[in-house]
Amino acid sequence: MRVAVIDYGMGNVFNVERALQAIGCYVTITNDPLEIEAADAILLPGVGAFPQAMQSLSETGLIPLLKRSTQEKPFLGICLGMQLLFESSTEGIPTEGLGLIEGRVERMRAKRLPHVGWNSILRDEDVYFVHSYHVVTDPVHVIASADYMGEEVPAIVQKGLVTGMQFHPEKSGAFGLSLLKEWKEAVEREITTGH
Amino acid sequence: MLKRRIIPCLDVKDGRVVKGIEFVALRDIGDPVEIAKYYDASGADELVFLDITASTERRQTMLDVVSAVARKVFIPLTVGGGIRSLEDISSLLKAGADKVSLNTLAVESPDLIKRAAERFGSQCIVIAIDVKFEDGEYIVYTYGGKNRTELRAVDWAKQVTELGAGELLVTSMNQDGKQNGYDLTILELLREAVDIPIIASGGAGNANHVVDALEKVDAALLASILHDRKTTVEEVKHVCSEHNLPMRFVTTQTD
Repeated sequence: MRVAVIDYGMGNVFNVERALQAIGCYVTITNDPLEIEAADAILLPGVGAFPQAMQSLSETGLIPLLKRSTQEKPFLGICLGMQLLFESSTEGIPTEGLGLIEGRVERMRAKRLPHVGWNSILRDEDVYFVHSYHVVTDPVHVIASADYMGEEVPAIVQKGLVTGMQFHPEKSGAFGLSLLKEWKEAVEREITTGH
Repeated sequence: MLKRRIIPCLDVKDGRVVKGIEFVALRDIGDPVEIAKYYDASGADELVFLDITASTERRQTMLDVVSAVARKVFIPLTVGGGIRSLEDISSLLKAGADKVSLNTLAVESPDLIKRAAERFGSQCIVIAIDVKFEDGEYIVYTYGGKNRTELRAVDWAKQVTELGAGELLVTSMNQDGKQNGYDLTILELLREAVDIPIIASGGAGNANHVVDALEKVDAALLASILHDRKTTVEEVKHVCSEHNLPMRFVTTQTD
């Protein structure tokens, strides 16, 4: 399957590309609307601050296309890319997000931030996190969470075809790759069964 | 619950791992990819590659190493040694490094920490601090321990944290190579001074020493005790776990 990794200048897209290739995806790192339309699924990466990321994303002119695509094909946001799926963030200047899932992004309360390192989610396996903000959303959208210093951290969120991972599956060893593979298999089912 | 981390450190010279793990049945004991795969499978939480190449071709060689490892091993990779500029950092991150470790450069141009953190994010900036205890003070050294600075370790740690460092890698020069335990006092002082993760280095001779360090800080960097077969990542993690330290155990196998 072909995945379009959105290139908008926020963070390292190459490790996401390598991980997707390792599980057998064809990857295009792109901001070309035609390539995005042609892909089976879209991946929104991201490292950095929310306001700059929304600014950069809106400069690509892709936002209307991305919003429309989520009705038709699977869309995965990773780390900051997951946070951008929500309605708004209080990081720096309060900023609107893509609004694909109801909820907002807020700074965590933990004394020691960032939340960095391996933390357990589903089936008690560990994934690699690096972030200081987390999403606040209806539990119905939360598939898995982690606990950091007594605070709940939504780790995997989902609504319709839109999925978000707060951690870095591309840096979470064999378990991280297995989560990407599960996503890939779900996308492939989507492709073959249609919608 | 957040886990404590065990991080093997590999010295790389001219694209080859030196002081590799000779006891392992690897086809090529100097091959960075083979060794990285071995440590990944044995439960290493991250890997640090330290470039000790002296030649001028070092840059491209290290980029090739990082890129080859990053295609096969999907845990965080840190590269240190010989980084001289923002461009060096950018190339390493593009090649597949997740973090870079800065030491002498950070002391000589602290402003660069800030610029690097702004450009690439704090999460990828590790500041390595070589510390020597002398005359009742913890003093920062540079140039691989050859050059004494006027900086006190605690002040420097606070300063780099404010400039945007994401983690600290603290090596006790008094303990390094002695294998009789970490300098727990400096780890404690730094833990009180800053909130960013601290990686302890220098002095581990057995798994119990690692327990002592991880009761104070977030992670332990291990080199010779792994390379000299004194212990393994698995054993260290089990001993830490017996002492109620939260550790990551890998249950999903690579296929």
